Amino acid sequence: MWRLLVRWFHQLASPPYFYRFAGRVAPWFGVVGGLLIVAGAYGGLALAPADYQQGDGFRIIYVHVPSAYLSMMAYVVMASAAFVGFVWRIKLAHAVAVSAAPIGASFTFLALVTGMLWGKPMWGTYWQWADARLVSELVLLFLYFGYMALRAAFEERDKADRASALLAVVGVVNVPIIHYSVIWWSTLHQGPSISKLDAPSIDASMLVPLLLMIFGHTFLFVYVLFERLKGEVLLRERQARWVRKLVGTTA
Amino acid sequence: MSEFLSMGGYAAFVWPAYGLTLIVLVANVLLPRRRHRRILKQLRVGTDEFQSVSQPTVRHVP
Repeated sequence: MWRLLVRWFHQLASPPYFYRFAGRVAPWFGVVGGLLIVAGAYGGLALAPADYQQGDGFRIIYVHVPSAYLSMMAYVVMASAAFVGFVWRIKLAHAVAVSAAPIGASFTFLALVTGMLWGKPMWGTYWQWADARLVSELVLLFLYFGYMALRAAFEERDKADRASALLAVVGVVNVPIIHYSVIWWSTLHQGPSISKLDAPSIDASMLVPLLLMIFGHTFLFVYVLFERLKGEVLLRERQARWVRKLVGTTA
Repeated sequence: MSEFLSMGGYAAFVWPAYGLTLIVLVANVLLPRRRHRRILKQLRVGTDEFQSVSQPTVRHVP
């Protein structure tokens, strides 16, 4: 069983195999993710009761928390893949890192803006520079931008891969800082309410839509990552026989 | 319905947050698919991303 798993992993790292695998598997992740998000949004907007303190304003949680979680999850995926690519020189790993970056950046942006839209009515301000949670999430956005800008500065893909991998790996220290910022420093931001898995501090009717949204975003992330990877793998392998066969420039 | 839309007075914050989320989700679904199609097309005509797409390679038939 273990050997089979290892063999499958080796196979998966081969670009032509992965290209076909992604094409077959991605749509399922997309469909499941989409359904979960639609169900979660309906539950969050229509079924969950209004919060006793924040009224209907709390419903922003259903778009804010999943995007904030995804912003960090995508970074960990990007940094891990970059590390694997850097150390073991696996081509596909670099392709994963490159493909995760724009997804992560878009959800970091979304987490920041939905957070601001939630902060204004609840805290009375869109932004607070002295707040560690807000500023560390902004740093995350700049790390994504820095990663993409650094890549764009290189002509050769190999050099871009290695240099940007270093940046990605060093920047990963920011992820625990974001997560623990609400505990380490005084902040406007509320503390964690569901990561205490044994005793979540919100009611089930509010929690279930949030979990649906979080799982939905995770599935959607895998879908988008695979779709991005399909293009990235083709570009990187465009001299390879299997790509030339696929596009019909060779018999 | 109008009560639902008013979001207990928070409509100006809740709906923009959901609207922007929808835009980001849809963009994340559409853009990678478009990129994949474009790359396939570029590889088919024999150009790659370092060459301009606006100058398609002309194939002369002998």
